[in-house]
Amino acid sequence: MIHHNRPLSPHLQVYKLPLTGVISITHRMTGVMLSVGLIVFVYVVSAIAAGPEAYQALQGIMGHWLFRLVYGGFIYALFFHLCHGVRHLIWDTGRGFDKATLNRYAFYELIAALVLTLAALFLTFTG
Amino acid sequence: MVEFTLPRNSVLQKGQTFKAAAEATNIRRFEVYRWNPDTGENPRIDTFEIDRDHCGPMVLDAILKIKNEIDSTLTFRRSCREGVCGSCAMNINGKNTLACIDAIDHYPGTIKIFPLPHLEVVKDLVPDMTHFYAQYASIKPWIETQTPAPADTERLQSKEDRAKLDGLYECVLCACCSTSCPSYWWNSERYLGPAILLQAYRWLVDSRDENTGERLDDLEDPFKLYRCHTIMNCTDTCPKGLNPAKAIAETKKMLVRRQQG
Repeated sequence: MIHHNRPLSPHLQVYKLPLTGVISITHRMTGVMLSVGLIVFVYVVSAIAAGPEAYQALQGIMGHWLFRLVYGGFIYALFFHLCHGVRHLIWDTGRGFDKATLNRYAFYELIAALVLTLAALFLTFTG
Repeated sequence: MVEFTLPRNSVLQKGQTFKAAAEATNIRRFEVYRWNPDTGENPRIDTFEIDRDHCGPMVLDAILKIKNEIDSTLTFRRSCREGVCGSCAMNINGKNTLACIDAIDHYPGTIKIFPLPHLEVVKDLVPDMTHFYAQYASIKPWIETQTPAPADTERLQSKEDRAKLDGLYECVLCACCSTSCPSYWWNSERYLGPAILLQAYRWLVDSRDENTGERLDDLEDPFKLYRCHTIMNCTDTCPKGLNPAKAIAETKKMLVRRQQG
């Protein structure tokens, strides 16, 4: 029997997600953001292909500090998504489920993504 | 279906405050979800001040004290008061657990108590578990055999095979894990959720059960099993310290192994 007057108990409104839960939803959000970011990537590639004028226009936009920030964020999102993807692969083998290690590995993921981002930015701007 | 907000009839309102007696010195505040089906009003949050000097150590003791001494209409499930029946599962300060084995001193300040998340509320802290139990029945939680029973003895099991059930048989079906799972919140019509999948695995690894193939067939479904996205809230919240996420991963491995023949 369906009781239409019965309320639904609060869920997202009250639940305190543990770090691994936060990372899980972030993994999904970065997945969507990275897909959208590919459109920008296509614009970059097509601007390069379209010749010097289009490329100059691109530089004008992408050189803005705000876009540099987005660029850095994009790279972090990419490496974060990659790191959590690796964790999923490990989980698929049945390993890494120990409750005591959950938050620690989540923390490692975030740090690994940060290190990889900094390395990538370093190579981009010095190489 | 994914819905981030509550339906209009479920939005919370401010409720009443019940002050502690003037002579009480060791006061703890409890904010408790209330909904009365007879009034037609939205759910509300009532605040109760409890004198800790005259209250037992567990959150359930405080809830019982409220019912016995302050507001006898407060409605909740409880039975064993020692974490083996699973009745008093509720959301306490943002995490699902059993009120009877959760110490008040585990928390520093005000303690907020809600029914298990994303379920229809029958009254106050009592959610409707009908669907959860129907899902449990759907995995056939009993032994199924093909061979005739041995004439003079039970179906025996080696110590090693019996050990495979450790960490599974202890589940009391309190639904803390399933109702902590965002995937279960959005897909519970078709996704079985961590508690039921842990129970399903309990029968998959039972050496005496002879219906493993059919059980795996039943689970091999994009929704029933594969809506688990390893969010890990289940394992994080289980008041019995069990690991539903691990049981689900092992089930997925069994399905892969079966494909490889």
